[in-house]
Amino acid sequence: MTAPNEDTAIELVGVEHAYRRTVALRGVSLRVDAGEVVAVTGPSGCGKSTALHVAAGILRPQGGMVRILGRDLADLDETARTLLRRRRVGIVLQFGQLVPDLTVLDNVALPLLLDGYDRFAARTAARGWLVRVGLDGEADTPSAELSGGQGQRAAVARALVTGPSVVLADEPTGSLDTVGGEQLLDLLLAAARERGAAVVLVTHDNVVASRADREVRLLDGHVATEAVLR
Amino acid sequence: MSTPEVLLAVLRRGPAHGYDLKRDHDEWFPDGRPLAYGQVYSTLARLERDGLVEVVETRTEGGPERTVYAVTEAGEAHVQTWLSDPAPAGGGSTEEIVRKAIAALRTGADPAPFLVAQRAAHLRRMRALADEPVADPVAGLARDHLVAHLDADLRWLDLAVARTSQATTNPAAPVGGTR
Repeated sequence: MTAPNEDTAIELVGVEHAYRRTVALRGVSLRVDAGEVVAVTGPSGCGKSTALHVAAGILRPQGGMVRILGRDLADLDETARTLLRRRRVGIVLQFGQLVPDLTVLDNVALPLLLDGYDRFAARTAARGWLVRVGLDGEADTPSAELSGGQGQRAAVARALVTGPSVVLADEPTGSLDTVGGEQLLDLLLAAARERGAAVVLVTHDNVVASRADREVRLLDGHVATEAVLR
Repeated sequence: MSTPEVLLAVLRRGPAHGYDLKRDHDEWFPDGRPLAYGQVYSTLARLERDGLVEVVETRTEGGPERTVYAVTEAGEAHVQTWLSDPAPAGGGSTEEIVRKAIAALRTGADPAPFLVAQRAAHLRRMRALADEPVADPVAGLARDHLVAHLDADLRWLDLAVARTSQATTNPAAPVGGTR
């Protein structure tokens, strides 16, 4: 079997999805190349978070095709999808989604522990990321005790600890003040650039969007405009 | 424009000639339009006429003659007042992006292509600024102001797209704020 072509990190073709009565995505097509940073923007309810969940393989769309790193998700069973997501995709969701009972260190180490790394190696790598996001002083704090901004920084560290090829972030700086948000975004983009990873930033923040190579603007569940920014 | 006051503020640091003033002004506002030499000298001439600066020395250092200016007591008082008085809060000249959108709407043209292209141009400008960080934190404040203005423009552009598309789908709806 030939290895999949990973030049295209994310590909959505004609993706459709609806929640009970609300149509969230109406035939969205989106392609993100390896090493590219794409901002997905648009007003509230335009479908941008749904698009990210579909691109992450968290949400199975009702129509269309999704490829991550050249692999059609429809061809993968649940285990293969989970492994692909855990090893190759770093995900930062809007509210951090940390495990509240675990310490900050163990939250960041979690993707590595789940992937079979021994505890010492996983925690060493996690500690390095906590230093980079400025949370080394909170390593042993239960994540439930973090502020919103600290939680977001921990979520970014957890997304990057595996060295992913794709980083998907939903409002990654939403709980941070301007300076803190800029620093975290700098860190996220620098880490992605080091690895040549693709980044998708779902955001309503123009300053965050302006850091992308390309903006894809959604309106009412479809791609309204695209603009090259670099 | 407050060029005379900014030049007075530069002169508060010590006597200087026109070239120094231009260089310091441009360093203070790295993203702004550089001062033209002609503007520096014509402004200095007006400030001297009004008694706000005075000539303290005329130097010739192996080149053309250079006039060194210093701020006078009246100039110092003027700049102090300027520094503490609030600037007019908006309501000044209408920006070109607003003029273009209004002109398109008033003449029956579709403003959407312009609004979309302008959004991209603003984001590109923001990105270019982010790619060239300002090391000096004080100059960085001028940069922050520019970014905040670009952001405000972008919000207005989004609002304009939403309002004009609403007006297109519902011709009875006025283009304007709700009350």
